[in-house]
Amino acid sequence: MKITGKVWKYGNDVNTDVIFPGKYTYTVSDPAEMGQYALEDLDQDFTKNAKPGDIIVGGKNWGCGSSREQAVTCIKMRGIGAIIAKGFARIYYRNALNEGLPIVVCPEAVEALEKGQEVTIDFDKSQVVTSKGTFSFTPYPDFVKGLIEDGGLIPHVKKSLGL
Amino acid sequence: MGKTFAEKVLGKAAGESVSAGQVVIVEPHFCMSHDNAAPIWKTFKKIGVSKVWKPDHLVFILDHAIPAPTDKHAENHMQIRQVVKEQGLKHFYDVTSKGGVCHQIMCEEGFALPGLIMVGSDSHTCTYGAFGAFSTGIGRSEMAGAWATGQIWFRVPESMKITVTGKFSKGVSAKDLILKVIGDIKADGADYMSVEFHGPAIEAMSLAERMTLCNMGIEMGAKNAVCPPDKKVLDFIKPIAKTNAWEAIWADDDAVYAQELNYDLGKLEPCVAKPHTVDNYAPIGEVKGTPIHQAFLGSCTNARIEDLREAAAILKGKEIAVRTIVIPASWTVYRQAMKEGLFDVFLDAGCIINNPGCGPCMGNHEGILAPGETCISTANRNFQGRMGNKDSNIYLASPMTVAASALKGEISDPREVL
Repeated sequence: MKITGKVWKYGNDVNTDVIFPGKYTYTVSDPAEMGQYALEDLDQDFTKNAKPGDIIVGGKNWGCGSSREQAVTCIKMRGIGAIIAKGFARIYYRNALNEGLPIVVCPEAVEALEKGQEVTIDFDKSQVVTSKGTFSFTPYPDFVKGLIEDGGLIPHVKKSLGL
Repeated sequence: MGKTFAEKVLGKAAGESVSAGQVVIVEPHFCMSHDNAAPIWKTFKKIGVSKVWKPDHLVFILDHAIPAPTDKHAENHMQIRQVVKEQGLKHFYDVTSKGGVCHQIMCEEGFALPGLIMVGSDSHTCTYGAFGAFSTGIGRSEMAGAWATGQIWFRVPESMKITVTGKFSKGVSAKDLILKVIGDIKADGADYMSVEFHGPAIEAMSLAERMTLCNMGIEMGAKNAVCPPDKKVLDFIKPIAKTNAWEAIWADDDAVYAQELNYDLGKLEPCVAKPHTVDNYAPIGEVKGTPIHQAFLGSCTNARIEDLREAAAILKGKEIAVRTIVIPASWTVYRQAMKEGLFDVFLDAGCIINNPGCGPCMGNHEGILAPGETCISTANRNFQGRMGNKDSNIYLASPMTVAASALKGEISDPREVL
């Protein structure tokens, strides 16, 4: 799998409250509607103008804070192709895999990329291709690959239960 | 070579000897959900299983927005009550005087027990480590999967050992210690790790203080945080334990750690976390005099009877200068505070007291901030927009610092009013 998109770039420790504000957690329950609020307290330019296929680039500890899965769902429903970061907070990491949102840990690519540039992620080769060079990332562990191949945790659980 | 707490507890659950880095599949003992039990149920239904794996292992506690502030919240609560009935769940804490903040209830009611694997669909589930449990927060899909299969995978984490010695000076408390630790190692300083608190000062701490420490483990990225299951823990849990499946498990003396830190309580001073990150540490002297508009004494971090007593000792016989919201962590705490006369102290000072629950901590209700306003809070997060408005500021501090600041209407050093 290969995806190409335009970069939205952010810094370190972007937390789930600014990705999907807590005040919406019980008033916005439709996943499609969640997409409208993505990154509302971080970057209103993104909230207004992000296009399907765009790619988010973040610093270290992306998605720290609350366990709210809507912080993944809202990005996925916005049509974002993937998140490349220097690192992910652990609950966010699991939530992203469970929702089937591709995430890539590649600090060198994060350094090389700027807002508005085009980036390609080649998952088969485990590489991020930028105008400043091509950078390798560690592929998902084998047990996680099964999750991704099945399209996320829920289809994976269904399959494992023979449903 | 010895094993860490995480290696021992996950190894026991997996039925084999394990080391950091290995992946294990284990059965969680208790699975806690709060108001998000309803959306988890919707996801659960997509799996196609009709019954949860073990109804007695699920615990539902309404706390995030109670009583319901909007019709949408009310509908969410209604759906949860339907699930409880349909699935025959016995561990349900509704909007009654038996409830409170989920993490407080889990500890007060004997769910948080040594050696148990516990998961919760809330990031502050790490609080139960104060009782020696291996407990961690998970997302909604993962909880739905656990309800269906009774299984969850974990990568056995590396561990960080924090050894604490010495005694608190006047006006300094467990909150100041944990804010200092997070300020030192930063918001990702313990990412993916199991944080163990060791040392004579931890043993001297009350269970409430240990809960404050473990509660904020997630704010440095930890998978879980844990204190030793000593006599203090065992004396507390034995009469109330909800299961006999617990076992006091602790790290070996020769366990191997990824990182070791040491703190002397005597060297700490009152402090805050400045907006908008929890690791934005500042000693009180640096922020003293900052004007505030609201003070909040509540949340799963610092709203236990010990916290209310500390705040009341400062507020007694005085009047607050800014609106101050007090929310005890549970109705048990509420009743105790009332009995001890703390409510008279708060009310005489001009504070308001709300029903136990999460209150304004995550911006749902009961104290949302206006643009440009600043709140000093005993909670665990000061992220931008956390209390409902992105143009407001939140400073995190101890109950003593919050009380002292409420009196002056500006951030204040509690040592000056004690």
